[in-house]
Amino acid sequence: MSHASGRAAGASPWGDALRRLRRNRLAMLGLGILFGFTLASALAPWITSHAYDKTNLSYGAKPPSWAHPLGTDELGRDLLTRVLYGARISFAVGILATAVSLTIGVSYGAIAGFRGGRVDHAMMRIVDILYGLPFMFFVILLMVFFGRNILNLFIALGAVQWLTMARIVRGQALSLRVREFVLAAHAMGAAPGRVLVRHLLPNAIGPIVVYATLTVPAIMLEEAFLSFLGLGVQPPMASWGSLAAEGAAAMEAYPWLIIFPGAALTLTLLSLNFLGDGLRDAFDPQLSGRQ
Amino acid sequence: MVGYLVRRVAGFVPVLFLIISLSFFIMRLAPGGPFDLDRALPEQVRANLEARYRLNEPLWTQYLGYCADVLHGDLGPSFRYPDRTVNELLGLGFPVSLLLGACAMVVAVCLGGAAGLLAGLHRNAPLDYLAMSFALFGVSVPNFVLGPMLMLLFALALGWLPVAGWGTWRHLILPAFTLGTFYAAYVARLTRAGMLEVVGQDFIRTARAKGLRESTVVLRHALPSAILPVVSYLGPASAAVLTGSVVVETVFSIPGVGRYFVGSALNRDYTMVLGTVIAYSALLLLFNLLVDLLYAFLDPRVHLQ
Repeated sequence: MSHASGRAAGASPWGDALRRLRRNRLAMLGLGILFGFTLASALAPWITSHAYDKTNLSYGAKPPSWAHPLGTDELGRDLLTRVLYGARISFAVGILATAVSLTIGVSYGAIAGFRGGRVDHAMMRIVDILYGLPFMFFVILLMVFFGRNILNLFIALGAVQWLTMARIVRGQALSLRVREFVLAAHAMGAAPGRVLVRHLLPNAIGPIVVYATLTVPAIMLEEAFLSFLGLGVQPPMASWGSLAAEGAAAMEAYPWLIIFPGAALTLTLLSLNFLGDGLRDAFDPQLSGRQ
Repeated sequence: MVGYLVRRVAGFVPVLFLIISLSFFIMRLAPGGPFDLDRALPEQVRANLEARYRLNEPLWTQYLGYCADVLHGDLGPSFRYPDRTVNELLGLGFPVSLLLGACAMVVAVCLGGAAGLLAGLHRNAPLDYLAMSFALFGVSVPNFVLGPMLMLLFALALGWLPVAGWGTWRHLILPAFTLGTFYAAYVARLTRAGMLEVVGQDFIRTARAKGLRESTVVLRHALPSAILPVVSYLGPASAAVLTGSVVVETVFSIPGVGRYFVGSALNRDYTMVLGTVIAYSALLLLFNLLVDLLYAFLDPRVHLQ
């Protein structure tokens, strides 16, 4: 086997996967839409000249117009501005809470699978039990009783979503730990922690990336769900969930208030799902077309 | 089989105990209480109220007392509605939530199963793309967006169905679809994947070689294996349907348990919140047991032990 010199372009698992991903039109479309939303929300102050919390009661609940492309809400705030600033919250929560769940799930699953045996059995039994609990009710209780701030939101959502990630990583670790390269690393005297971090996890990266991509929409959905119930971000800040809640309350008279935030949220989740499916197919061509 | 059932039901006890303890201490270790109103209560009234609800005792005796009451099937008096017990309030709301949840699950399984089956049988045909676009849309639209949209379209614009409320079967349609669509979409994807996996296997070829009709091959031989992933998804799905009912019952003004859950928590109605969590959890555990039994029934390789 020759090394660097003989490596054909795209022969690494990453290059291979990226090449397959680039050929997937829906995934690329999703990526483009997400990029557009991210850019628009980052450049929000330059896109709209309105402040997201500036009320104008004499200009309340007007339908879309040139000055306000998405209309205004009942307090006269520009809806486009609020949707763009809401995107910041929704994206931030989606990504940061995914990072929390990724950290917990990957460490937990990797340790369980790597140690195997009794430790694995006990750790996975705990996951099984936690799976059976109505978790969102605990999140609701946590948010109600320990304050509705963004930090609690990250922790509560991240703490809920790690179970499936732990199972996936554990499965990978179980099958990888008996492979020759891991045995070789052990034989060469590498410490267990080093084997885990340098040899095991890099080889499980495909499923981790795929599942993390699919966790982002799940968490954004949960954030929106909590904000819809009034338990997420608090006014005058807005996320897409709280905008949808305001819209749903007033939809008979002012339907644009629910339509635009709802469409933004749906489009984003759809894009993330396109991208997640595309990544799954890219990393695991055998699975392509299933699910 | 009987031994298995006994062991499983016995296993409910520690899980329920864990759930009760978690919820109890999340609520009670947080600052604030049910009688912290804007207007301070007279000292004597407050003392009487706290005595009635055992709030004047140390936390751990309250906890033990509550556990003992629960073991006797008594969920205590509501803090918010002092003349009603939690048992009465749950008795009013729970059947409503249960009916809505059951209808949503029927929508999920029937609609999703049919879509997935057709998509799997016509792989890469227009029907497949149609079903899978529906499925991708379904897993991407939040129920609190779908609900108002369906309401705008079918109730306000077309006037075919009532806007909100509860009473007749017509009131059930929009909420059941709102709640069930996400899971229908997921079930469709799982069924399609299962069908694709199964149709290439030897026992299907054998069934065809025997000269069985195509409908028999699909429905009697392929489908029971193909829907195994769907069956194992039913447990988590039912948990999520119960959670979703909190939002859908709010959107459609349905007098179920979920609609009042957040309000009860905000009002520090400790007993009502605990009662709801216990009822939902018990239902969930029971449903998961049924799912496992169904799984063993469908897959002869699984032995209940």
